[in-house]
Amino acid sequence: MRPATLLMRTPRTIPRSAPSLGVRARSLATVADPPVRRYGGLKDQDRIFTNLFCRHDHGIKGAQSRGDWHKTKEILLKGDSWIIQTMKDSGLRGRGGAGFPSGLKWSFMNKPGWEKDKRPRYLVVNADEGEPGTCKDREIMRGDPHKLVEGCLVAGRAMNATAAYIYIRGEFYQEAGHVQQAIDEAYKAGFIGKNACGSGYDFDVYLHRGAGAYICGEETALIESLEGKQGKPRLKPPFPADVGLFGCPSTVANVETIAVAPTIARRGGSWFAGFGRERNSGTKLFCVSGHVNNPCVVEEEMSIPLQELLEKHCGGIRGGWQNLKGIIPGGCSVPVIPRETCEQVLMDYDSLKDAQTSLGTGAVIVMDQTTDMISAIARFAKFYKHESCGQCTPCREGTTWMMNMMDRMVEGRAQEREIDMLLELTKQVEGHTICALGDAAAWPIQGLMRHFRPEVEQRIAQFHAKNGQVLFGGKLLSETDTRYAVPDNLGGDARRSIASPA
Amino acid sequence: MPGRRSVIGSYQAVADIAGQRFFSTTIPRHADITLTVDGKEVTVPQGTALIQACEAAGATVPRFCYHDRLAIAGNCRMCLVEVERSPKPVASCAMPAMPGSKVFTNTPLVHKAREGVMEFLLANHPLDCPICDQGGECDLQDQSMRYGSDRTRFHEITGKRATENKDLGPIVKTSMNRCIQCTRCVRFANDVAGVEDLGTTGRGNDLQIGMYIEKTMDSEMSGNIIDLCPVGALTSKPYAFQARPWELKKTESVDVLDAVGSNIRVDSRGVQVMRVQPKINDEINEEWINDKTRYAYDGLKYQRLTTPLVREGDKFVPATWEHAMESIRHGFLNSGARGDEIKAVAGALADTESLVALKDLINRMGSENLTTDTPLGHLPSPTGSEIRSNYLFNTSIETANEADAVLLIGTNPRHEAAILNTRFRKSYLQTGAEFALIGENFDSTFEYEHVGTSAKDVESFLGGKGKGAFGKIWKEAKKPLVIVGSGVIEGKEGAAVLKAVSKHMLDNSARFLAEGWNGFSVLQRAASRTAALDVGFTPSAAASKATPKFVYLLNADDIDPSTIPENAFVVYQGHHGDLGAQFADVCLPGAAYTEKATTWVNTEGRSQMGRTAVPPPGASREDWKILRALSEVVGEPLPYDDIYTLRERMWDVSPTLLRYDTLERPSAELVTAGLKQLSSASVSAGSATAFKKPISDFYRTDPISRASVTMAACSKAFTKKEYETTQVDDAIGGQASYA
Repeated sequence: MRPATLLMRTPRTIPRSAPSLGVRARSLATVADPPVRRYGGLKDQDRIFTNLFCRHDHGIKGAQSRGDWHKTKEILLKGDSWIIQTMKDSGLRGRGGAGFPSGLKWSFMNKPGWEKDKRPRYLVVNADEGEPGTCKDREIMRGDPHKLVEGCLVAGRAMNATAAYIYIRGEFYQEAGHVQQAIDEAYKAGFIGKNACGSGYDFDVYLHRGAGAYICGEETALIESLEGKQGKPRLKPPFPADVGLFGCPSTVANVETIAVAPTIARRGGSWFAGFGRERNSGTKLFCVSGHVNNPCVVEEEMSIPLQELLEKHCGGIRGGWQNLKGIIPGGCSVPVIPRETCEQVLMDYDSLKDAQTSLGTGAVIVMDQTTDMISAIARFAKFYKHESCGQCTPCREGTTWMMNMMDRMVEGRAQEREIDMLLELTKQVEGHTICALGDAAAWPIQGLMRHFRPEVEQRIAQFHAKNGQVLFGGKLLSETDTRYAVPDNLGGDARRSIASPA
Repeated sequence: MPGRRSVIGSYQAVADIAGQRFFSTTIPRHADITLTVDGKEVTVPQGTALIQACEAAGATVPRFCYHDRLAIAGNCRMCLVEVERSPKPVASCAMPAMPGSKVFTNTPLVHKAREGVMEFLLANHPLDCPICDQGGECDLQDQSMRYGSDRTRFHEITGKRATENKDLGPIVKTSMNRCIQCTRCVRFANDVAGVEDLGTTGRGNDLQIGMYIEKTMDSEMSGNIIDLCPVGALTSKPYAFQARPWELKKTESVDVLDAVGSNIRVDSRGVQVMRVQPKINDEINEEWINDKTRYAYDGLKYQRLTTPLVREGDKFVPATWEHAMESIRHGFLNSGARGDEIKAVAGALADTESLVALKDLINRMGSENLTTDTPLGHLPSPTGSEIRSNYLFNTSIETANEADAVLLIGTNPRHEAAILNTRFRKSYLQTGAEFALIGENFDSTFEYEHVGTSAKDVESFLGGKGKGAFGKIWKEAKKPLVIVGSGVIEGKEGAAVLKAVSKHMLDNSARFLAEGWNGFSVLQRAASRTAALDVGFTPSAAASKATPKFVYLLNADDIDPSTIPENAFVVYQGHHGDLGAQFADVCLPGAAYTEKATTWVNTEGRSQMGRTAVPPPGASREDWKILRALSEVVGEPLPYDDIYTLRERMWDVSPTLLRYDTLERPSAELVTAGLKQLSSASVSAGSATAFKKPISDFYRTDPISRASVTMAACSKAFTKKEYETTQVDDAIGGQASYA
């Protein structure tokens, strides 16, 4: 573990007043600042997911022994506004990546006069966990499926839903089995179905297996897929809360968001809000992969310093901290941050946003000095090219173009000016698409160029030194037909000096 | 002009301003909202798309996927605009206009976004404009000139995407490398044409438009996807490499190959019709025309009568006009025809002017024997010709999609009025209209319940013995609609069916003849039939019993040969050497619909003016002039020397013939009187003989389409299903190598 002094120096640990103390009289002579709060070190009794590693029984007996389905009826009887208020108090933000406040989102389902709307209402659980690096939902569904089922009931009650659809990724075979088992057990025990838990509230839960498209993790594409159509994102507005699944009011939520809801309802919003920094409260599952000694999925307090997370739970970076090259802190769609930034950031929405990256799904991908960063990002570009649905122009054409350019950058077969052009292309894609996949495809490349541009330039210089001048688009000047003039927009006459080969 | 307020509405409201609508109808008005576009205030109805609001404010927004008659896809991203307080540019086609919002269509952000999208669209678009048929009318070309960058940055060694071409049949030529995946064709095929198997396959950059399996696009509306395609991916096979748009003279006219009267634009070069395109008319064909309208034009080049022909023995000999006219005079005198023995037969393509002229001529010669070439055309029509509402499509085409329950009697709207069929497809999809059919089953683009096959079934269904779900729907429908097909009226059971229907109308007049709604409609399928009844081109009861000695066939090509006596003298006037000409002793070459400016009355009773696009070929003349000349020869000169005096005569016959483009709805009293007339007819009860579809081959219904090579190919491909899919890529050879 890193010495505490290092952590004390981190400038972004914003002091946070203890909520229970109330207004403290503070005279002019008082000089003591409130104590600096450090985050991390979640105690076992505060863990929500207690069977994450599937060491115990995932069935209903085991789940009940771990506290699931305990007094669920009472939670349900407290009504929708109580549950939503609890969620708002807890400060829970969506765990799927965008981090939208969950209580607020759920409250969109209960607009004034919603009772008059005779349409059915659906909760849709997004269990299509496909983001490379992310593996938290599958652990929940494998080890704690009852938390998810119970969460569906509680969240469904909060938004007065008639049924929940769990859209699970097709590749999750065992997980689907466990969730289906949990649903069956819950039906048998009377926890869901007609008169769920004896509360007088009817609620059904259905499991639907996807067919393995990343884009079906986008909420409206998921709805389309669930309806039996091609998984292509819909235009918003109308938002799913107005016109969603089968044209009915719907809310799509991540597995983790739903699965923590019963525990929050049982232990209170303030308990959950007691973790992490303001506006980033709660506990979170982090999935650490890559060049750490012990890759793992772990539940930790929000706002834990990234470095502490790695040192404490993952046995540190392979070859020591100095061997670290960069970290992608939130799954493959967020920009990479270099080591210096990694030492400073906290694992929460705001801190990572300040570092020009994002918490995403909490999937920490660690890359040490052995990593070819350009190749890594080029692989992501290939992934997005493969998973683009092809519906809207910037993403369909942009992802392919970006992939082709990244592939050339890996080799160094490019001109230095094409780096800027690539960045411009990412800007042309970002924010111009129907869904966020375009953004997700653009950000890793932007992150690479922001922090590792010298490496790319060096790669280009090496290639030039070996093969001579490269034209725009990757053709070698030596391969051009010398009988004809080279068009001047191909960069063939560029006299610019570029970084010398190392 | 800052602060200017302009008011626009949906296209219905626009039509309203044009002032053609019946005064007592009301349209639902949505609350208006006001927003600012480029500093200009504009008021639009609530629910208007932002792109329309921008248009209303005079700001042009480029677009590829957006089309105001199709569902919104929002996928081309060309229409991005900046909206105040929105961090990202907004796709204006997919965003409803919000009150008070400030929209900018001309900012650096918007320019940048458009340029970016344009660059992406062009990245995989082949640079084959010089050999592309869309050149000159290509949205991509135009918009890249205006909004795109001045040079390319795409030089990737991986090259451009190559896509296999699809074979969609004899009409649509594909060049899928050019496709920009706007999905307009997919949305049209699914929502309007009712061909649900056109779609997208693959994803990302491999997204393709196609049928997934190799098959043709079997729709009578398929030509419209060529117009819709903003690039050259879907072009016209018959028109391939024929002309460039700037070479063509454009003449706005009316289609006559069915009774809908679709508005068309005839594009001609010199004396040739090069193509036919739709002209927008929201009250009739919106923006669509069917494939026969669009592609039968090559029939205007083949089998034409270009010079008068006189029969000598068993062959026709070309003759001068004088000789032909003399032959007719001799033939007429030798036949000894008197009074009703002089018979005129009008065909499906006879224009109103010549109908009036022919009627006047025959009347002057002392005959009332004015017939049509329909199966029982030699008898008076069961609808009568006195009261218009008895034979019109009273529920106008524009409002037909308001019907919530439709009973089709012996008609297949898909083939008899394809445009009307798209309206039904629309109401079927959007408002959940219910349909039922009494008659022969057909391949429909909407679901219907088959409730019978014969006149007997009509009587029993309308008599309240309707079984099944539709019987109940029919009783509860708020705007029910009965459509009686022209095939039924022309048949033996016509009067019986009309009697049963009119009786039902009168018994349920509250629903069928309500304010602003008339649920009784007769669907004609031939362009001249309504006008023929309007001018009273129908035999008197006495005349129909006469045996003719002199027969004058005016465009009559569907005539039953047995109705022409062996020894009668027959004159055929028409533009094609089709069936009617074979019986003739003298053939007089007339002009086809693209070669004369004449009046046509569609099935709604709307008269429209067709215009001359090209001159009549050879020695052929405009039809009314031929009749005028003939009247001199037979010694009964007609009193009009030019088209204006002829039109004055038409005004005397029926003023509606000259009230162009308007729809005159008869008063409720008149409609009721007409129905009473029908219901009081003394006819025997309907038999159990099943109705037959009058059109067995949609692509070959009249002399023009029968002479058309394209229509023959379509008939083979779609009616006989004998199309062999060829690998288009082989034929064109290595287009994929363009990159």
